[in-house]
Amino acid sequence: MKNKEPLILAVVIFFSLVTYYLVEPFAHHVLHKKVVEVQSEGFAYNDLSALTKTGDATRGEELVMNAGCAGCHSIDAAGMPAPMDPVMAAASYGVNPPDLSNAGAIYDAKFLADLIKNPAHALKVEHKFDEAKGQMHPMVAFYGMGGDIDQEVADMVAYMQSIAVKPEDVTPAMAFENACGRCHAVGYENWTQMGTKPSFKHKKDSLAFDIKLIEYQDSLKAYMGKLPPDLSMYIRSRGDDFLSKLIENPQNILEGTAMPRVGVTADAAEKIIEHMKDAGDTKRHEREAIGMNVMIYIVIFAIFALLWKKQVWRDLH
Amino acid sequence: MAHFTKATSVKDWMNQRLAVEKLEKVMMSEYWIPKNINFLWAMGMVLVITFALLVVSGIFLLMYYVPTVDEAFYSVNYTIMREVDFGWLWRHVHGVAASVVFLIIYIHMFTGIYYGSYKKGRELIWISGMLLFVAFSAEAFSGYMLPWGQMSYWAGMVITNLFAGGSLHADGLVEWIRGDYVPAQAFLGRFFMLHVLLIPLAIMALIGLHFGALRIPHVNNQDGEEIDFDAESKKYLDGDKAGSKVMRFANDFMSKDMMVVGFFLIFFFYLVFWNYGFAMDPVNFDPADGLKTPAHIYPEWYFLWSYEILRPFNIDLGLILFAFAQVIFVLLPFLDRSPNTCPANRRGWMFATWFWVMLANLIVLTAMGKLPPEGIYSQIGFVSAVLFVVQWLALPVITSMEKKV
Repeated sequence: MKNKEPLILAVVIFFSLVTYYLVEPFAHHVLHKKVVEVQSEGFAYNDLSALTKTGDATRGEELVMNAGCAGCHSIDAAGMPAPMDPVMAAASYGVNPPDLSNAGAIYDAKFLADLIKNPAHALKVEHKFDEAKGQMHPMVAFYGMGGDIDQEVADMVAYMQSIAVKPEDVTPAMAFENACGRCHAVGYENWTQMGTKPSFKHKKDSLAFDIKLIEYQDSLKAYMGKLPPDLSMYIRSRGDDFLSKLIENPQNILEGTAMPRVGVTADAAEKIIEHMKDAGDTKRHEREAIGMNVMIYIVIFAIFALLWKKQVWRDLH
Repeated sequence: MAHFTKATSVKDWMNQRLAVEKLEKVMMSEYWIPKNINFLWAMGMVLVITFALLVVSGIFLLMYYVPTVDEAFYSVNYTIMREVDFGWLWRHVHGVAASVVFLIIYIHMFTGIYYGSYKKGRELIWISGMLLFVAFSAEAFSGYMLPWGQMSYWAGMVITNLFAGGSLHADGLVEWIRGDYVPAQAFLGRFFMLHVLLIPLAIMALIGLHFGALRIPHVNNQDGEEIDFDAESKKYLDGDKAGSKVMRFANDFMSKDMMVVGFFLIFFFYLVFWNYGFAMDPVNFDPADGLKTPAHIYPEWYFLWSYEILRPFNIDLGLILFAFAQVIFVLLPFLDRSPNTCPANRRGWMFATWFWVMLANLIVLTAMGKLPPEGIYSQIGFVSAVLFVVQWLALPVITSMEKKV
């Protein structure tokens, strides 16, 4: 009798793969059609016009001082502390404004320039902040200091780039904390919207911190409509394709969301996702390494099992 | 009382008390298996190994899992996935094995249907097997509640709601099952108990019954041939190993079992380390939130076909057909009226068609069960669900018309 086992195996594999294809890749495509079909621009921000002027950092520094940026933003790298603590800042603006020390390394230059001139436009929250209706974005637009506004903005961006760390020195945590971490907590990394929660010696200090955090979150909730979610497990619940597209343009994925486009560079976006992997898929490197070892072990086991079978069955035919 | 003599060896000591030699013969060396079988007959062993993987990984997870609504999600996703050494490995092994075990069960089931292994004295093997399927389904469902993610919560909500019985509005029964108006602490606690104690006990007892039911009729073979096991085993024991139609379970067939297990484990661990996503739904990595219904609620892939039989109809008819789908497979030995025990393809075109259409249709139902019930998908689902019912109603008729081959 001829051996039918290869044919039987082919039939089993065929039906298994068809089922797999239908319930996984195909169903995924149908259920998440909108997300799958969004084309990434690779963080090119094609809707924003390119900088036409070459900025001068020295002039930029002067402009930043005179334009009043430091009235809301701290610039640690330039020795300028935050004018108020996070709780009060959130009460005033909805969310604590970011420190600008590394903005030049984390955010796209075109985005920064547009943000300075028209925050709601760059952040893609014009549906929420319509000047005509008197809904002013908490960040005041820069209307120029009397010269060529494009030159002035380019100078300010150049200044921010000059004080920032080199883009390659931005760590995943820095990128995440600056771009996402004032709205989103990452509980599994001990990160709160007010920064890493310190370890306190006394319980009352810890509780005092928690109370401040609740006050901060209340302001944030009022500003955003709901408390932005804790992102600890988002790498597993959403996946990197979804997250990358969401970061690039939240409106593409969640139409009408209050989440602003944060305008990070492609490199910084990758680092943000890396940080989310550190939180929600912490053991991925260990998984790869152990996976290889287990496979080697199992293949050897299968070879021995095959040889044993051949030996036992020699006498049976 | 039996007469005991001074033991000459440890084996003799054991033998006098436990009849280990006899036991070894009955269970292993003189448990006769036909030679005319293929690797599909090793699926039983593959299932035993997969179940063992589930038990062992489950024991490790049980050491750190906390069955409270406040702590469950954290204990799984933080404690087990980040803090416990190799906790992530045990969880992925457990999750993937829970899914793969159903793939093997379905292969095992359809092997039985194809070769007619539920007929002529093998009815109890089939029935105990289907009871195992039910027990594994309950085990899978209760386990799915435990991480207390969004899909745990909402699947728990949807499935327990089925017990209201549609227009019967047996809401009291639903509350009794949940122990609350909604899935909450009482619900999680009892499903935890079911998952780690009661259902595993039932599964182990049923595995015993399944094996026991197999011992007297022996396993079927590729041609459904009736073998004289006494004569053939005598031939084997007299030294004509090559001429006999049967072989020992151990080590003869077990060596092949182990070979198949070896190849299966390569596939299994590939999934565990590189392709586990299909077994761990992304939605369940969001913590349970009773105020936020997920956009799509669907069960794991192995329940999709019966879910799709429920969905295309109004609630009452849907529930009736859903109940029909759950029990109808158990009745297969009695619905198949044909005298033939042989592969489906040799039983005439009618049963051959029935078999392949049933298999293909279950795959279609599975696919539609996951997709949103809109447009063409709901029409396909409706047709498939009707076809499923019609096929089972037609089975006694077409098998009675079948000629003896």
